[in-house]
Amino acid sequence: MRQLSYLAVLAGCLLGTLPLELLLRVRVYARWRRLLAALAPGLVLGVAWDLYAVRHGHWHFDHRYLTGLELAGLPVEEVLFFVVIPICAVLTLEAVARRRPGWSIGDEPAEPDR
Amino acid sequence: MTYTWLVVLALLGTAACDLVVLRTRLLCRKAFWASYAIMFGFQLLVNGLLTGPGIVQYDPDTILGPRLAYAPVEDLGFGFALILLTLSCWVALGRRSAGLPVRGSSARPVRAARGRPTQRPAPPARRPRSPGSSPSDG
Repeated sequence: MRQLSYLAVLAGCLLGTLPLELLLRVRVYARWRRLLAALAPGLVLGVAWDLYAVRHGHWHFDHRYLTGLELAGLPVEEVLFFVVIPICAVLTLEAVARRRPGWSIGDEPAEPDR
Repeated sequence: MTYTWLVVLALLGTAACDLVVLRTRLLCRKAFWASYAIMFGFQLLVNGLLTGPGIVQYDPDTILGPRLAYAPVEDLGFGFALILLTLSCWVALGRRSAGLPVRGSSARPVRAARGRPTQRPAPPARRPRSPGSSPSDG
């Protein structure tokens, strides 16, 4: 079971934020094309940084806590980190925007008198 | 280059992306900072869960040293940069679907003042045509 530790942390992040989509109806997963496009830069730069950091010994992973699956030269969990955390961030921002309609985030339709 | 310097570069780069390149100006918005305040607690939790048991381990030579919830302080900057970049892209892409220019305008972001009485600006010389007004020509 220990090999699932890192994966469990990521699953916890997704499960913990799921009510924002299901109950608060922030429609982030519903806008999946926009979501995927928004995730892409962070995923590419994050994976590149991670590969550099591992190669230069900035950090390393304890493989007892990993499934052993690899993707792009990194543990699959580490790649998923750059997908899961940004999804949680978008869900949080949209939840705040929904609860505080007066706080613009910048993608609202143009002001009529502008 | 150490992890510390890479984090500094990432923070400067993502701030430039938000303020200059995409002009989403999330760093100037209450909604962003309120979201980050919520995420900050979970960021400490996730960083702690990953570094406490040693799932991820750091070379002491590449970090400053101070740690917060087991994780090097650099991890906070790493996470912040990832969050800011993603949210900036998310908002920029949303402007396109709202019919706004993706790179934003030079106008300042519209800030709503909750709880404060808003001062109405002086009426403009030429009022925009409202839907109910009769067109003068055409």
